[in-house]
Amino acid sequence: MMARLRRAGLLAPSVLAIGVLLIAPLALMAYVSTLERGPTGGVIWTQHTADAYVQFLFERDLSDRLVVNTDYLHIFGRSIVVAAITTAVTLAVAFPMALWMAFQPPGQRLLLVFLVTIPFWTNILVRNYAWILLLRNDGVIDWLLARVGLTGQHIDVLYTPFATTIGLTYSFLPYMVLPIYVSLEKLDRRLIEAAFDLGANRWHAFRRVILPLSMPGVVGGAILVFVPGLGAFISPELLGGAKSMMIGSLIQQQFGQSRNWPFGAALSFVLLVLVLLALSAHAARYRREARP
Amino acid sequence: MSTQGKNPTNVTRLAVARPDNAASPAARAQRATIAVDCQTITKTFGNGAVRALDGVSLAIRSNEFFTLLGPSGCGKTTLLRLIAGFETQDSGTILLDGRPLDGLPPYRRPVNTVFQSYAVFPHLTVAQNVAFGLEMQRRPRAEIETRVKETLGLVKLEGLESRRPAQLSGGQQQRVALARALANKPRVLLLDEPLSALDLKLRTEMQLELKRLQHEVGITFVFVTHDQHEALTMSDRIAVMRAGHILQVGTPEEIYEHPSARFVADFIGETNLLDATRIGTARFRLASGVELETAEPGPPAETVTLVIRPERALLAPIGGTAFSARVEQVVYIGSDTIYLVVLEGGLRFRVREQNRDGPRSRVREGDAVGVVLPPAAIRVLAQ
Repeated sequence: MMARLRRAGLLAPSVLAIGVLLIAPLALMAYVSTLERGPTGGVIWTQHTADAYVQFLFERDLSDRLVVNTDYLHIFGRSIVVAAITTAVTLAVAFPMALWMAFQPPGQRLLLVFLVTIPFWTNILVRNYAWILLLRNDGVIDWLLARVGLTGQHIDVLYTPFATTIGLTYSFLPYMVLPIYVSLEKLDRRLIEAAFDLGANRWHAFRRVILPLSMPGVVGGAILVFVPGLGAFISPELLGGAKSMMIGSLIQQQFGQSRNWPFGAALSFVLLVLVLLALSAHAARYRREARP
Repeated sequence: MSTQGKNPTNVTRLAVARPDNAASPAARAQRATIAVDCQTITKTFGNGAVRALDGVSLAIRSNEFFTLLGPSGCGKTTLLRLIAGFETQDSGTILLDGRPLDGLPPYRRPVNTVFQSYAVFPHLTVAQNVAFGLEMQRRPRAEIETRVKETLGLVKLEGLESRRPAQLSGGQQQRVALARALANKPRVLLLDEPLSALDLKLRTEMQLELKRLQHEVGITFVFVTHDQHEALTMSDRIAVMRAGHILQVGTPEEIYEHPSARFVADFIGETNLLDATRIGTARFRLASGVELETAEPGPPAETVTLVIRPERALLAPIGGTAFSARVEQVVYIGSDTIYLVVLEGGLRFRVREQNRDGPRSRVREGDAVGVVLPPAAIRVLAQ
C-alpha cells in the first residue's frame, strides 16, 4: 500500500506535466474544432458543428450548395512538397558536413558542434530578414551575379517557394547535422577499417558500412526537419509571399484576421493526423526491417 | 624432357626420400619461403615524439604461425597495422611474397585482419558478414554462397547464417570475424589479440582451434598477443618485442629454454633471475656469497645474470649439493605447488613442483629445506 502510494507520488509530476502541457491542449484543440464560431471571433462553447471540417474540402456557392474547394488541399500539398524538398536538400548538405566533423580530432569536434549551434543564438526572425536582404532583387546575391555578369536581369527569387526552401533549409540545417553527427561519431572506427581490410574501397565502405550504420541519425534528422518544416510559419511568411502560402500561415490567419478558431483548430488537427500517419508508417517499416 | 616425362616415379621417390618432410613444423618452415619481410621499419607517432617501432627487421615464413609477443606499448600492434596498411611506416619496406606493399591501401593488400574487438558488422547477418569480402571482389553469387557455407563450417557456425551479431555470444562473434577474414583466402591472416576478450575456458579452446584452423587452411598467421602462455601454446615461432625493438625470434622452446636477454627470460614464464660475477669458466658467485656451478660458460662477461626456471629447481633434504634455505611461503595452485624460499644471504627464490603424488603437505612455511640447482638448468646471460 505504502509502496503504491510512493510510486503514485513519484509519478505524479510527470503525469501532471504530460497531462496539463500535452494532452489537455490537444484535447482542447480537438474540442474547439467541433464548435460553432462566435459572431465576433472566438467560439460558442455549447454549440457543436462539423462546419470546420466541411470547410476544409467544400465551400458554399451563392445558392448555398456545397461545392468542392481544393484551395486548402493545394496549400497542404505545397507544404508537404516544400517540407520534403527542404528535408532532401538539408540531408544533402548535412551528411557531408557531419561526416567531416565526425572524423576531425576529438578536441576540434567539440568546437565544430559549438559552431553548428551558433545560429540558434540569433533570433530566427532576424535570420530570415537577413535572407530577404540576400535574396531580393538588387539584394546581395542579385547584385553580385549581375556584377560578375552571370545574369542579365533580376533573379526574382524572393517570394517564391524556392526562397521558402532556402530559408527553411538554412533554419533547420543544425537539426539534421547534429543527429547524423552523433550517429557517425559513435560509429566504431574499426568497422570502417574492417571494411577496407576486406577489400572495400572508399565508396563501398561508405555505401555498405558507414551509411547503413548512420541511418538512425538520418531518420532522426529527417523527422526533426520534415515535421517542423510542414508547419513552419516564419520562413514561408517572410520569404514565400502570399502566392506560396503554407499551412503554418493559413492556421495563423484563421486565429488572426479571419477570426475562425474552429477552422484553425481543425487545420491544426488535420496536420497533426498527417504527421502521425507519416511517423507510424515509418515506424512500422523500421520495425519490419529490424526483425531478423 | 622425354626422360622426365617417362619417369615420373623418380620425382615421387625423391620427395619420399626427404626425411624432414614429416619433421616438426619448425623444420618445415626452415625451408619455406618468406611470406612477409619487414626491412628496418621505423614508425613514430605524434611528430616523432613516440617511437613505436625502431628499425625493426623481421622475416615471417610462408604457412607458419608467427606470434608477436610483448607488453602493451611494445609496438606489436603497430607492426600488424603496418602490414595491414592502416598505418604508413616512416622508413623501411614491407615485402609480401617479395613484392613491396608500400603505398598500397588496405583494400588492395591480400591480407586480412581479425580485430581485437571482432569489429563484426552489426547491421549484417552472419552470412552477409562472411560474404562481404567476396562481394567486394565481385565473385559470382554461386561461388560466394558455397564459400560462405564452407567457411562457416570451418569455424563451426553452421545453422547461424541468418543471425545478427547482437544475437551471438562473444565466442561466436569471434568465429564470425575469423570466418569473414578467412573467406577471402588471404595470403596472410593478421590477428590482433583476438582472444583477449574471451573468458579463460573459451580462450583455451579457441587457442587450440586457431592452431587447427591454421593447419587446415595453410595460411600464414601473424598473431599479436601480450599473453606469453598463449604465444607458447600456439606459435611455430615467436618474436619477443619491447619498446619498438625485437629482442629475440625463435621457436617456443628456444624462447623459453634459451632466452637471449634478461627481459625475455623474465617476460616468458616464471623465472628466477640472479645477478652473479664470474669466478671460473662455468662458476659464478652471487652477491650473497653463494657459489654456483653451471653447465654452460655463457657469454664472455664478468658480471652476468643467471636464469633458473622454478620448475627446474628441486627441494631436497638439507646437505650434499643442496643450498640451505628457509620456506617463506607455500602456494598451492592445483596442478603445482610454488614454494617461495629464502636462500642463505637473504636471496628470494621460487621453486615449483608438480603435485604428482597429491599435495605435498610435509613442507610447511618456516621449515628449513635444501634447494638443488642442477648446473644444466642454469642459463647464463650477459648483463
